[in-house]
Amino acid sequence: MGGLSASRRASNTLIYIILTLMCIIWIIPFVCILFESFRVETTMQVGYVIPKQFGFDNYINLFKETDFPIWYRNTFIMGLFVSVIQTMFVLMMSYTLSRLRFKGRKGLMNFMLVMGMFPGFLSMIILYRVLSRMGMTGEHSVIGLILVYTASSGMGYYVSKGFFDTIPRSLDEAARVDGATRAQVFGRIIMPLSKPIVIYTVLCAFMGPWGDFMFAKYIAHGSSKGMNVAVGIQYLIDKDNMRAAHYTQFCAAGVLVAIPITILFMCLQKYYVEGVTGGSVKG
Amino acid sequence: MNRKFFKTLSTLEYLKLNRFEKFVYNLVMFFARIPKMILGLFIKIWNFIKACGLFVANEVKDFFMTFIKGTWVTRVSYLVMGFGNIWRLQVIKGLFFLAFEVIFFVYMKTTGFYWLGKYKTLGDVGMHREYNEIYDSYIDVPGDDSFKVLLYGTLTIVFILAFLYTWRQNIKQNRIMDEIVRSGKKVKSMKQEAKDLVDDQFHKTLLALPVAGITLFTVLPIIFMILVAFTNYDGSHDGYANLFTWVGWDNFNELLHSAGTNNNLSYTFGEILSWTLIWAFFATFTNYFLGMIVAIMINKAGIKFKKLWRGILVLTIAIPQFVSLLYISKLFSKSGIVNGMLINWGLIQQPIEFWNNPTSARILVILINVWIGIPYLMLIATGILMNIPQDLYESAKIDGANVWQQYTRITLPYMLFVTGPYLLTSFINNINNFNVIFLLTGETVANPKLNTSGGSATDVDLLITWLFKITTGATNNYKLASVIGIMIFIVVAGLSLIAYNLMPSTKNEEDFS
Repeated sequence: MGGLSASRRASNTLIYIILTLMCIIWIIPFVCILFESFRVETTMQVGYVIPKQFGFDNYINLFKETDFPIWYRNTFIMGLFVSVIQTMFVLMMSYTLSRLRFKGRKGLMNFMLVMGMFPGFLSMIILYRVLSRMGMTGEHSVIGLILVYTASSGMGYYVSKGFFDTIPRSLDEAARVDGATRAQVFGRIIMPLSKPIVIYTVLCAFMGPWGDFMFAKYIAHGSSKGMNVAVGIQYLIDKDNMRAAHYTQFCAAGVLVAIPITILFMCLQKYYVEGVTGGSVKG
Repeated sequence: MNRKFFKTLSTLEYLKLNRFEKFVYNLVMFFARIPKMILGLFIKIWNFIKACGLFVANEVKDFFMTFIKGTWVTRVSYLVMGFGNIWRLQVIKGLFFLAFEVIFFVYMKTTGFYWLGKYKTLGDVGMHREYNEIYDSYIDVPGDDSFKVLLYGTLTIVFILAFLYTWRQNIKQNRIMDEIVRSGKKVKSMKQEAKDLVDDQFHKTLLALPVAGITLFTVLPIIFMILVAFTNYDGSHDGYANLFTWVGWDNFNELLHSAGTNNNLSYTFGEILSWTLIWAFFATFTNYFLGMIVAIMINKAGIKFKKLWRGILVLTIAIPQFVSLLYISKLFSKSGIVNGMLINWGLIQQPIEFWNNPTSARILVILINVWIGIPYLMLIATGILMNIPQDLYESAKIDGANVWQQYTRITLPYMLFVTGPYLLTSFINNINNFNVIFLLTGETVANPKLNTSGGSATDVDLLITWLFKITTGATNNYKLASVIGIMIFIVVAGLSLIAYNLMPSTKNEEDFS
């Protein structure tokens, strides 16, 4: 350290102070929500953070009094299905657009670009009416939502196409010379190389239903049995709702949702970072 | 403004300009190009029409020539689709063609023409009272359902187009098979055709499902909603009790020109649109620059615990956004912790209504969005910063550049160049950033000035949240929702067009070599 100049040491100290302050600001809300979820004395909002009395009442009441287990189950089921189907669709689409050349390829890409400029919610109005006639909304919104999330997911091919673009084409050609069909090239050569992007796609797809609010709220249409966690938890503190006074239950629910997702995310963080960085550079 | 911006510069002159001048020059040139671009657009449209005409002429010619020159098998295929395929032993494919034809004609005969007949008016008789002999009284009898007419009518039209396309494909295939037979070769067997689906035609296999999904869940609904924008479909014209019908451009006129106290739709739209753009601008660029600065600080040589700082920030990405958004929204609510603490400390007497003051609400959503967005940008910027060749910095240091100069001359241009498309995408995502606004401002009360026939809006509503409220609110104003959806599309498409024209073109790429 002795070699550093005084000004450099000062600037480093300043940076340490800023970073520490930032970390505190970024962590505080989560610490607060954790504390408040254990508060027993009142279920309303209060002007202090550390509870006067700790207990698990909120968690117990959450399971006893609300539909939280159902919301959790709904979201988990959706997450599983969406991650499988969406990953398939995205990989099929991006691989085709990246590696195969066929008539209408550019046209298809431009068409999807234009379609993506319409707000996705616009199509929900009609989809809701059609799905509700087929009995896939309200209480049974899980099936409807899986369809809504996955059907158009091929349009989100950009990140993984960028990944496939980086795999050298000479690999394909060598295999083709050896007599492999295009399907074999896809299954035996490209897929084994694509572990990072597959994991990134699965992770994003799985987390989608946990964070979606707009579509889920519209399709569930106020039926508590068909909500996902986001809509359900918002419903707990909605200003038009009787339960709004049970503010601490909302905190407990938030903690229960955040924990598994955070653990999953932290385990697969490496792949997520790769995907995000790659995707932003290629656009 | 300097004269030099108003004439076309040579490459050498252009390179002499500084960064700001280059930007102004590009901007001026962009607007100077507009007349040319419009002219170019007309030429393109004309060429497109010409190409279309040529295409149709060719198709028609091919259609007749195939019939005249073709074998009798081909000629029969004009009437019985797939006959040629079956005759030449591609039985399964032929049967698909035939089945499609049969289904099409049966459908058109039984239901298709019925819906098409009503399509022009979207139904004639709504719910009405009729005398019923069993009950010996007048009861309500359902009439037409405009929604169904519009839906099935549109689907029928799509079906007809699909049939025409298939019919044409069927004829084309026969012509090709004719040619193969004439040249003495053999037509592909069923087995070979199936094999092609995993080889030369592999793209068809892979694209079939995703494209079908996109067609059913995105393309058709959007076509339908665009049509709705030209009807008067809303809560009071639900298509069942009260029919709705075509109204032309009325909805667009109402949105853009209506004035007056009880129907200030165009005023509301203007207010919300301008706030949406302001929000998208600040949300994008505050995140971008602050995130980049954080990344630079963490990456700086000599800073320890890099993994720790990064880890803590990434942790906040992992926690689902809606949890943190809802919680922070409650932190700042009237009875929330922030107000509680301020009162306890004696700083204020009455709780502040952060969410019901337009200025504080707007500043808060932007600040909280920074809180949400910095970790993402930190990740992205870290990845890119590591790619900047280090020798650029070394030589800059030797030339005596200070930290600020290094930043403005090397880091920033490189970042802007590489992340140009990302900036555009994130700007567009922010225009449609439903979650942040809706979940944060659940307590905000509607502004009475922004009260319209379609439903009311708050001062922090974006177009997309307004759209959501209009559709889910009491009025169910679907027609207005469609028009706003189309407006969002126009804004997004227009911005993309301008941005692509202004983005550093390939000539700037040389800056870094």
